Amino acid sequence: MEGSGTLNEAPTTRMNMIQAINSALDVMMARDPGVIVMGEDVGFFGGVFRATAGLQAKYGKTRVFDTPITECGIIGVAIGMGAYGLRPVPEIQFADYIYPALDQLVSEAARLRYRSAGEFIAPLTIRSPFGGGIFGGQTHSQSPEGIFTHVSGIKTVIPSTPYDAKGLLIAAIEDNDPVLFFEPKRIYNGPFHGHYDRPAANWSNHPAAEVPEGHYTVPLGKAAVVREGQDVTMLCYGTMVHVVANTIEELGNVDAEIIDLRTLVPLDIETIVASVQKTGRCVIVHEATRTGGFGAELSALVQERCFYHLEAPIERVTGFDTPYPHSLEWAYFPGPIRIGEALKKVMRD
Amino acid sequence: MTGEPPRANLPRLSLHVPEPRFRPGDEADFANVEVPPAGAARRPDPGDKPESFHELAYGLIRVLDDEGRAVGPWNPRLDAETLRTMLRNMALVRAFDERMFRAQRQGKTSFYMKSTGEEAVSVAAAAALAFDDMCFPSYRQQGVLIARGYSLVEMMNQIYSNKGDKLQGKQLPIMYSAKDYGFFSISGNLTTQYPQAVGWAMASAAKGDSRIAATWCGEGSTAEGDFHSACTFASVYRAPVIFNVVNNQWAISSFSGFAGAEATTFAARAIGYGIAGLRVDGNDALAVYAATSWAAERARTNQGPTLIEHFTYRAEGHSTSDDPTAYRSAGEPNAWPLGDPIRRLKQHLIALGEWDLERHAAMDLALAEQVKAAQKEAEKNGTLGHGLHQPMETMFEGVFEEMPWHLREQQAQMLAEWKAAGL
Repeated sequence: MEGSGTLNEAPTTRMNMIQAINSALDVMMARDPGVIVMGEDVGFFGGVFRATAGLQAKYGKTRVFDTPITECGIIGVAIGMGAYGLRPVPEIQFADYIYPALDQLVSEAARLRYRSAGEFIAPLTIRSPFGGGIFGGQTHSQSPEGIFTHVSGIKTVIPSTPYDAKGLLIAAIEDNDPVLFFEPKRIYNGPFHGHYDRPAANWSNHPAAEVPEGHYTVPLGKAAVVREGQDVTMLCYGTMVHVVANTIEELGNVDAEIIDLRTLVPLDIETIVASVQKTGRCVIVHEATRTGGFGAELSALVQERCFYHLEAPIERVTGFDTPYPHSLEWAYFPGPIRIGEALKKVMRD
Repeated sequence: MTGEPPRANLPRLSLHVPEPRFRPGDEADFANVEVPPAGAARRPDPGDKPESFHELAYGLIRVLDDEGRAVGPWNPRLDAETLRTMLRNMALVRAFDERMFRAQRQGKTSFYMKSTGEEAVSVAAAAALAFDDMCFPSYRQQGVLIARGYSLVEMMNQIYSNKGDKLQGKQLPIMYSAKDYGFFSISGNLTTQYPQAVGWAMASAAKGDSRIAATWCGEGSTAEGDFHSACTFASVYRAPVIFNVVNNQWAISSFSGFAGAEATTFAARAIGYGIAGLRVDGNDALAVYAATSWAAERARTNQGPTLIEHFTYRAEGHSTSDDPTAYRSAGEPNAWPLGDPIRRLKQHLIALGEWDLERHAAMDLALAEQVKAAQKEAEKNGTLGHGLHQPMETMFEGVFEEMPWHLREQQAQMLAEWKAAGL
């Protein structure tokens, strides 16, 4: 695990991803009186996913508070607080609800530093659970990261383990630019291996669920090589890291190198290029819809930089270009079957 | 989809699409605009509950009467020096606007926005606020900057995007940013500054500070969701913020009816949110000053937000890209029943014996010279022209605090392209 190097010495606790996020907020609120947590239901109740549980009791109502149900207002207010000198960590309850805040995110938070030549900044970290696999239907399942990676001036971070979630969230809060922190809610309580019909796993046996209790960071813009391999590079993030890893393990006949991107913007291009130049093959996996998705950008980058190393066309495994269906969720989800088919194609050539 | 409706025994529905009273060629007559006498509106205690003075959201707070006397309970009783400073600042805004409008017409910049007829709305508000209160302006509050003593040369540098522009040519002309002057970076997107002002005010309150926030938007953009989000937040947390709605009757070519003016006033928006609402003669500097002071006192004593509708008139085009004669009666500006804010304050000072026509003419002359000198100074740094006043690589700076690889790469690519082209 790549981090600030305190993992070995510091006391650790087993945490699921929710607890790790809660711990990151706790650590940062204790260290920096400017850190403010706000959002729908985040105060007394502690959030619909419990990510902010206990924080209001510990830090008071002027630092952890419920907000009106207006995402545009939440982000706009957070920008104003940032201009005052605070370091707000607003929560958007589901990424599917972020669209009313689009103008404040795209035209304001992402542009403030540039348009004021650095006079004003928006040091916001916007936390938002995203992704499907929980029977959330089309309004609780979306993966809108590609909308934001297209926007100049905003960073997009997606963790896949409790350890990374805490370290990346602390790094995001300490960052002086706006960061969208999308939390893959399907793996809040345990890694998901892609089989909806098998018992749910929890984090108890996962090495990355051993989380330092105190402050540490996982740097933004650095990917993690989850599994080293020689045959094919698998580019993924969030829930799909676990689905891909499990699929590779089940197939047993492909020596894949799995890269967890962790930050989409700024992207760790060096790690990607080094891997694809080594393996000569590349499969990109994300849950979001296909057309214009972040996978398209990854595919273009790999093609531009690794064309003469490629032995097969780059494959994209994604959600379909439909709204996220409710009852057909598991037909939509890019699971082991779709990943397996892509691997067959990419390994055939 | 035409023909007999399926239930022909019921009355047919009809769609109401608002239409302004006057179009080009019409004679403008504002007899329908209710102008209550100056001094008639009561002045509640700033600690009173908003529901006890709802009528102030429908009336019109006026201090200066037709003879230039300051009358009634809202008279702020300012000393002559303060009045002269406000008059001078309003006249300076107008002189600045004239000069910069002309500069745009001369091709020295791409864009300008005048605030002619609306000078009192920003200058008198700035006079009533403390210097360190934070302003979240829209694009027509240059009066706040000028009243706070910001450098005209800096403003012009920004308008010209020249090499003196401290915004490095990154922002459209007039979208100033002046943190040291309590002036937030202006956005071209409408009313986004409203929730931001509330957030700043909430932060100030949460930190036990004493500074308050003020923000401005036009009546047209009160229709934006941001406006209503801001009002809700401000009401919920009793944020120390002043919402100014500059009702200048026109949003580019859309008259105020498209923002709801046929149905009610803009100050009345406050009532639904349970916040204080005042409707003010926006061409009356003393009324604007008094209402702002009153709202500031409420905010500073934790009584919460106030929404002030400044009833005024946009005497000229929306911007240099607009020709108002294409959609409204050319007679409107002169027919406007609330007069001109500069002329009215001047008349008041003369009535007090504290001013005269000679001094006014001399002031106008001196201000024109001051603006001209500033322009000369700014133009030493260049005018927009080809636009390439900053080193090209600066385009990539300030997107993030630290430049990531993809921007470094694009920066290098651009420089290589220009080099290859022999430039």
